[in-house]
Amino acid sequence: MDFAGYDPAGSRQSRGIVSAKIVVAGGFGVGKTTLVGAISEITPLTTEALMTAAGVGIDDPSKVPGKETTTVAMDFGRITMAQDLILYLFGTPGQTRFWFMWDEIIRGAVGAAVLVDTRRITDAFAPLDYFENRKLPYVVALNRFDGSDLYEPEEVREALAISADVPLVMCDARDRESVKQVLVTVVEHAMIRLQAEHGRGFPTPVG
Amino acid sequence: MDPRRDPRGALVRPYAVTRGRTEPSRDIALEAVLSSNATQVAESRFAGHDKYRIATVCEGRAQSLAEIAAYTRMPLGVARVLIADLVADGLLTLHTAAPAEGFEERMEILGRVLSGLRRL
Ligand SMILES: Nc1nc2c(ncn2[C@@H]2O[C@H](COP(=O)(O)OP(=O)(O)O)[C@@H](O)[C@H]2O)c(=O)[nH]1
Ligand SMILES: [Mg+2]
Repeated sequence: MDFAGYDPAGSRQSRGIVSAKIVVAGGFGVGKTTLVGAISEITPLTTEALMTAAGVGIDDPSKVPGKETTTVAMDFGRITMAQDLILYLFGTPGQTRFWFMWDEIIRGAVGAAVLVDTRRITDAFAPLDYFENRKLPYVVALNRFDGSDLYEPEEVREALAISADVPLVMCDARDRESVKQVLVTVVEHAMIRLQAEHGRGFPTPVG
Repeated sequence: MDPRRDPRGALVRPYAVTRGRTEPSRDIALEAVLSSNATQVAESRFAGHDKYRIATVCEGRAQSLAEIAAYTRMPLGVARVLIADLVADGLLTLHTAAPAEGFEERMEILGRVLSGLRRL
């Protein structure tokens, strides 16, 4: 047996690597995987969960005979910020019927960016409804596809009825600096929200 | 064989590898990271092929539940059950996801993530 690296004191308990997560949400084809890939240190990975075709998460397919099962895929990236700090970026599945998976993805997250393609603005309704009804801090990022600069950000805010306290930013999901700015906005917004809730003496659950 | 390239994951009945158990012995967040050292990997050989693959993936580089599931091509729920077992048996080290409670603790993590992003 190889005892190299044997560390009796430290091996069985946490050496204290903290991981945080930011969620990238939005409809199908809005640029989520592109955004994650622009900044992740690894090529975005895909992991799959089993669900019924109705979009309900299941633990054991054998317990639901006759019900069709399907896999729902989500992709994610990683940024190692320090030896003891890793940031993960999780994209939501494009289909909003997989709410079960969205709930699992946002649990414990720092915040979310909801990507919007202004050429297909109605695709943003379901994701925005979802976040409006959650406690998670989120920002809206308008992804700059060709032909999308017909709209001013404030026109989009009005069309989507995005409340004034939700930050709205323009971005190019292919551009690392632009993506970095979106993520900075998410974290700053989360800090402002947390500070405000703390100041009012509210408990501040996440997720 | 490199466990990341093991194609079996797609072919085996998903929960056969957990012997039908679907409830992990502890809740593990998607982004919670796990690591193993050489001793833990060596001991995990006796825990079965799938657990050994998981321990191997985490050796020398901490990996999240989501990464482990992706590299081993196991469905998330299956990886979660096996990882919880490995942690309970001391064959994997579970690190902490960002704290959900406490103003100071949460502010500190947010501040660290913010400066980490700005440094990129
Ligand atoms: N012009 C342009 N194309 C983009 C941008 N972001 C993504 N795309 C393209 O849009 C398509 C869908 O993007 P993808 O990231 O796969 O969307 P997802 O379904 O939300 O993950 C891909 O072909 C991308 O190359 C962008 O900012 N500008
Ligand atoms: Mg995608």
